Amino acid sequence: MANITLDDPLPVNAQDQGRRQRLQDSFFRSSTLFFALMVLLLLGGVIIALIFGAWPALRTFGFGFLTTEVWNPVTDRFGALAPVYGTIITSLLAMIIGVPVSFGIAVFITELCPAVLKRPLGIAIELLAGIPSIIYGIWGLFVLAPFLQLTVQPFLIATIGHAPVIGRLFAGPPYGIGVLTASIILAIMVLPFITSITRDVFETVPPMLKESAYGLGATTTEVVWNVVLPYTRVGVIGAVMLGLGRALGETMAVTFVIGNAHRIAASILAPGTTISATIANEFTEAVGDLYTSSLIALGLILFVITFIVLAFAKLLLMRLERQVKK
Amino acid sequence: MEIYARRRLVNAVSLTVAMAAAVFGLFWLIAILWTLFYNGFSAINLSIFTEMTPPPGNTGGLLNAIFGSVVLTIGATLLSTPIGMLAGTYLAEYGKKGAFAETVRFINDILLSAPSIVVGLFIYEVVVVPMGHFSAWAGVIVLAVIGIPVIVRTTEDMLNLVPNGLREAASALGTPMWKVVTMIAYRAARNGIITGILLAIARVSGETAPLLFTALNNQFWSTDMNAPMASLPVTIFQFALSPYDDWQHLAWGGALLITITILILNIVARALAALGSSRG
Amino acid sequence: MTTAMSEKAQRQPVEMPAQAMPASSEQVALMEKVAIRHLSFFYDQNRALKDISLPLYDKQVTAFIGPSGCGKSTLLRVLNRIYDLYPKQRATGEVLLDGHNILSPKQDLNLLRARIGMVFQKPTPFPMSIYDNVAFGVRLYEKLSQSEMDARVEAALRRAALWTEVKDKLKQSGLSLSGGQQQRLCIARGVAVKPAVLLLDEPCSALDPISTSKVEELIDELKSDYCIVIVTHNMQQAARAADFTAFMYLGELIEYGVTEQIFTNPANEKTQQYITGRFG
Repeated sequence: MANITLDDPLPVNAQDQGRRQRLQDSFFRSSTLFFALMVLLLLGGVIIALIFGAWPALRTFGFGFLTTEVWNPVTDRFGALAPVYGTIITSLLAMIIGVPVSFGIAVFITELCPAVLKRPLGIAIELLAGIPSIIYGIWGLFVLAPFLQLTVQPFLIATIGHAPVIGRLFAGPPYGIGVLTASIILAIMVLPFITSITRDVFETVPPMLKESAYGLGATTTEVVWNVVLPYTRVGVIGAVMLGLGRALGETMAVTFVIGNAHRIAASILAPGTTISATIANEFTEAVGDLYTSSLIALGLILFVITFIVLAFAKLLLMRLERQVKK
Repeated sequence: MEIYARRRLVNAVSLTVAMAAAVFGLFWLIAILWTLFYNGFSAINLSIFTEMTPPPGNTGGLLNAIFGSVVLTIGATLLSTPIGMLAGTYLAEYGKKGAFAETVRFINDILLSAPSIVVGLFIYEVVVVPMGHFSAWAGVIVLAVIGIPVIVRTTEDMLNLVPNGLREAASALGTPMWKVVTMIAYRAARNGIITGILLAIARVSGETAPLLFTALNNQFWSTDMNAPMASLPVTIFQFALSPYDDWQHLAWGGALLITITILILNIVARALAALGSSRG
Repeated sequence: MTTAMSEKAQRQPVEMPAQAMPASSEQVALMEKVAIRHLSFFYDQNRALKDISLPLYDKQVTAFIGPSGCGKSTLLRVLNRIYDLYPKQRATGEVLLDGHNILSPKQDLNLLRARIGMVFQKPTPFPMSIYDNVAFGVRLYEKLSQSEMDARVEAALRRAALWTEVKDKLKQSGLSLSGGQQQRLCIARGVAVKPAVLLLDEPCSALDPISTSKVEELIDELKSDYCIVIVTHNMQQAARAADFTAFMYLGELIEYGVTEQIFTNPANEKTQQYITGRFG
């Protein structure tokens, strides 16, 4: 091979080649940028479309929309209080039930589980996440609700239902469906999300930190409680918030078992409604612009609530990432 | 020693509780799958694939619903994959740590977990209202919007796993940037990217709520993209909530079908991801 | 070429730092391939290379040695401007390759890198077949028929002493080779495009001793056709393989000269200390 120099022309006309490549690079980069921008525009679009659609209702009812329990398609008077209350209460209950269980599972997988079982267990939990919410819904309606109606609910009513103050929370006939049932289903649904993030977060704890605690003779529980949890506190809260965000927006699972009653009852055994259940049930039959607009307004409220929760969760998780990187 | 005994007891109790939690979680998975199989299995026969959704009180099948789901899912995948992949490529290869890219990532993750019913309302406002009627197109678009954040996230994550040395080696040969990305990086991340697409498919194929105000439902066989189109999830929704035994029976069958499909997709996606990582 | 042709410098007499001169004139007709003149390099505000000037001769092996962090890899990476992939890095001064200043902003980087081959510390085979790995760089800029390409691939693999080992499995993935074979594949990939200069960045540091000696033999054969620059932290390797050696310390060129002289009779005390293992 002869002495090749920089002057030697490349077999292809170099100048054209160079220019063509620059154009191609530029085009490719612009396309990727365009579609990245589209993600932002999607969010913007959602917000704008919702506000636009909700405007008639918001203009008509003003802030009273948020505080009125009335929901009357006949007189065209709508209020968001019952659905909003239902959304919040079912999600909160779902958290109360689901978070401790998720922690337990995450602790089990990271600290206790024999290595052979770790992956299968992790995969099983994630498969739970893959099951579409409508499946949870019909399962809840046909299996869980009757079960609760026959066993758990009468038990609760007979026992705590007679207690002085909190008794009112567990009063009333055992419908089977209702706020509690919906909360249980939601709890099962958010389990995998909270578990997998919590597990990932637990695994960011540097082994040396845990080892120094074990080395002092601490039990596993003590290590988890005193070392792992404080270290991952921010991430764990983020995981919980993420689960909450999911629970707030869940539709199909809740629609089947919430009972669809536009009212706020003291008892969690009573039927109620959530924002998403209301929209799912009534949207296609909504007659009249105000009715439709009110439903969209509900959607807007839901979006705002979940946006705040999810943004908060994301910020917390980002803070944890930065902490880990240091 | 007394203190130590107490600590050991506390430890034993809480670890047992943790294990109980794991069993508890597994229990629900098994319970749900068991119920699905028990109720749905008898509904799975040839007629489910050959006959249309029947009027109440009659027997029939789910053919139009299955077809509709397939069409909507394929359409959504075709629409969301290029958009998601290119956006994810921007984040991994060009934007990286910049402010704009960080913002896009943030918003993308929020969209990822946003209530799908809200996305349904969005597309209702933006597609169905201007068109004046429900349509399969609207269904395709809404499912695509739900799938895009998944693909963006997984594409970016997979591209970030490709070692930089590979890109440098390609650049050192004089490869223009776009080829470094498409011929080297995409290839190296191929398995992971496909996994992401499969996961997006698994996610959108089970969505019900957004379809309620976009593609609606259709009792009959239809290939018209401009008209409402049946889908399995919406059909299940309608049938399960009805008082008719035949419909409920079909609903269980459909539920079993969807679940099996999604589980298979998830397992294949996982296997593919494992393959990808082992080849470095 | 889109370089600044107006300043095509004439072949100047070799500009050497005062310390070292070739002792004998047995190296006849030394042709200067690359002239580095007053090169400084900055990582952001950090000055990593300080006013470096030295020649690189064609058909000779020049080694850059020095302790960790001395800037030898940085210097190497200036020569094909691979640092341009990263935003906060920049170079000042001149690097003349065949008289063209490659640091000029008008220099097209892809075309430059098509003419300069680089082999990295860690073997970086592309995720494709062995054949495609070697052909990749060639396909970027040349249009060859199938038989021409086959011949080119074979010639390159022979040059890299890999042909006999892979000739029956050209379609297999490049990742299926051992570490030493992968590195030789990368060398084959680099010579397949007929480069003017070959840059080797610690090519053996990730290899076992047997593969290392194979690669060193290779370098000895390749130098009859290329200007080779090798960065190594292994002094013995430099002493074995290189004709000229440049010793660097903390971003400065301390001493440059014929390898034998640097190692047996260095002019600078720092060089002496490094050679004898006092630090580094």
